[in-house]
Amino acid sequence: MPATLFDKVWDSHVVRKIEDGPDILFIDRHFIHEVTSPVAFLGLANRGLKVMFPQKTFATADHNTPTINQHLPVEDPLSAKQLQALEVNTALHGISHWGLGNPKNGIVHVVGPENGITLPGMTIVCGDSHTSTHGAFGAIAFGIGTSEVEMVLSSQCIMQPKPKKMRINVNGRLGRGITPKDVALYIISKLTAAGATGYFVEYAGEVFRNMSMEGRMTVCNMSIEMGARGGMVAPDETTFAYIRDREQAPSGEAWEQALSYWKTLKSDEGAAFDLEHYFDAADIEPMITYGTNPGMGMGITQHIPTAGEAGGGKSSYEKSLQYMGFREAEGMLGKKVDYVFIGSCTNGRIEDFRSFASIVKGRKKADHVTAWIVPGSHVVEKQIREEGIYDILIEAGFELRQPGCSACLAMNDDKIPAGKYAVSTSNRNFEGRQGPGSRTMLASPLVAAAAAVTGVVTDPRELLAEEELVASL
Amino acid sequence: MAYDKFTVLKSRAVPMPIENVDTDQIIPARFLKATERKGFGDNLFRDWRYDAQGAPRKDFVLNDPTYSGKILVGGKNFGSGSSREHAAWAVYDYGFRCVVSSFFADIFKNNSLNVGILPVQVSPEFLDKLFSAIIANPETELEVSLPEQVIRIPATGDSESFDINSYKKHNLMNGFDDIDYLQAMKDDIGAFAERSRY
Repeated sequence: MPATLFDKVWDSHVVRKIEDGPDILFIDRHFIHEVTSPVAFLGLANRGLKVMFPQKTFATADHNTPTINQHLPVEDPLSAKQLQALEVNTALHGISHWGLGNPKNGIVHVVGPENGITLPGMTIVCGDSHTSTHGAFGAIAFGIGTSEVEMVLSSQCIMQPKPKKMRINVNGRLGRGITPKDVALYIISKLTAAGATGYFVEYAGEVFRNMSMEGRMTVCNMSIEMGARGGMVAPDETTFAYIRDREQAPSGEAWEQALSYWKTLKSDEGAAFDLEHYFDAADIEPMITYGTNPGMGMGITQHIPTAGEAGGGKSSYEKSLQYMGFREAEGMLGKKVDYVFIGSCTNGRIEDFRSFASIVKGRKKADHVTAWIVPGSHVVEKQIREEGIYDILIEAGFELRQPGCSACLAMNDDKIPAGKYAVSTSNRNFEGRQGPGSRTMLASPLVAAAAAVTGVVTDPRELLAEEELVASL
Repeated sequence: MAYDKFTVLKSRAVPMPIENVDTDQIIPARFLKATERKGFGDNLFRDWRYDAQGAPRKDFVLNDPTYSGKILVGGKNFGSGSSREHAAWAVYDYGFRCVVSSFFADIFKNNSLNVGILPVQVSPEFLDKLFSAIIANPETELEVSLPEQVIRIPATGDSESFDINSYKKHNLMNGFDDIDYLQAMKDDIGAFAERSRY
């Protein structure tokens, strides 16, 4: 029987099926960080249990960490305590830990792929909803709660009902200045913030085939924002080229064996999906959100939908506009921007900073804009310096910060003040997400760069010279 | 994690007819810094419940003495966003044992079941009936029967059945959790790991 990519990976990891209950799924890689693991380790200790497979578990510090002066002790006592707990727990259980100061430290969903830990055909979980990022490699990757973190630590398994399957096809060619983030925000705006709840998504079609791994990670990362458990892209030559020679990737004979397996990881002709959606790349503009969930997005030259046009619920629509200080049917271009944030597990990879720099080059930061430029990892930071992006940023009046989740969820000091507007490359524009009272507009690194240099919401296509476009795509 | 067994819950309910209530509202990120699971109820819906100076916002339902009870009735797509289990801990710690909505985000639903909260998914029509009944008379009691998988409004005679998989139902009714189950399967898991590719 023809099987989907999702079926192939899921079914090969089922240890046992419980009748009228969840499947017991074996987990190949478990990522942990300082925020959602301490209570799980405490639970383990209370039950007198050990970590079953410490070598399949990887820890990094990212959610809480400061983005300046990382060599100094962390000032916030609660953050410091969580970081300390991760240090102690990983040492106690023999788990590899890339803490602050480690050259491999960075955001969990950036460092996993970067080091060849994330591979096609794996099952991957982490106590973070954006674990869906790893689906870019043709893995089943999803976020879990702390009870489930304890479950995976103690048994390397998780109990989950098998989700339904959705395929999202985007064909055609993307226009100039249209990035993977725009593709993701476009799809979510069409399907709404709950449009894929209960499903696991496969992204298929020309647009994803032509996309870099960084781009696929951005799209898979945002899957959770339409309610999906995760999203995945079938691995191909782009995937294999990305993985080859990464530190923990298979090599030599093991590489060849892996490769022959990975090449089988695609949906068979005629495989059944519970739901399919089709979109045309030519319809996608640079996107920006106007509301307080990621489904409330629009093409940057469009107007905010009226109450009648908006999908996803009237009560949240009205509440959102009031919170954002926007009015029904008005345009977004020209709106004043106070803060710009580039970074996060959505857009903190090298390609995102290349994009950003393609617009910033030869321009100056707008005086009134505060910009937080935060690489996803030390490796990305190093690339930024080596590729000359650092110099472009400095000449334009920006500063580069140290890696971490930063203003995406504002658990460290990087908080957008109440009432201020931020163009953010992160994944969520929920009320108060980037700090109590903050107002977030989600967008691509190109839109963020255009806002950073003009100080207002600007269509990046107006600032892109033809030769710069090539570099950005 | 130990939680109270769930069988039949009869209680008044708190109406929150807002769609897309996300986990950042249920418990904002800045309150995720604890290393132990306690005290999260104090910060449930923190930024809707209190103003920047820490004073209760009169117009928020949790601050309205008209409504009380162990059942929270929310709008469509309740619990969207983060995987933070702290959101479910906050709901439980505040005193809710059951959340009713016409649609739940997956991870929030899983997390709720894992910490002893029963998420009851009803039709949009029944959800409207619940809101109408509770708002018309805040003393209206609801009856949620897990053994029967039925939610009732005894005062109006309305009721609706709800789905829950039998494994999760069994766990919730007995206070068991998945870790107990998985521990009993260690040998099978070990054997599976031997054959595992990665």
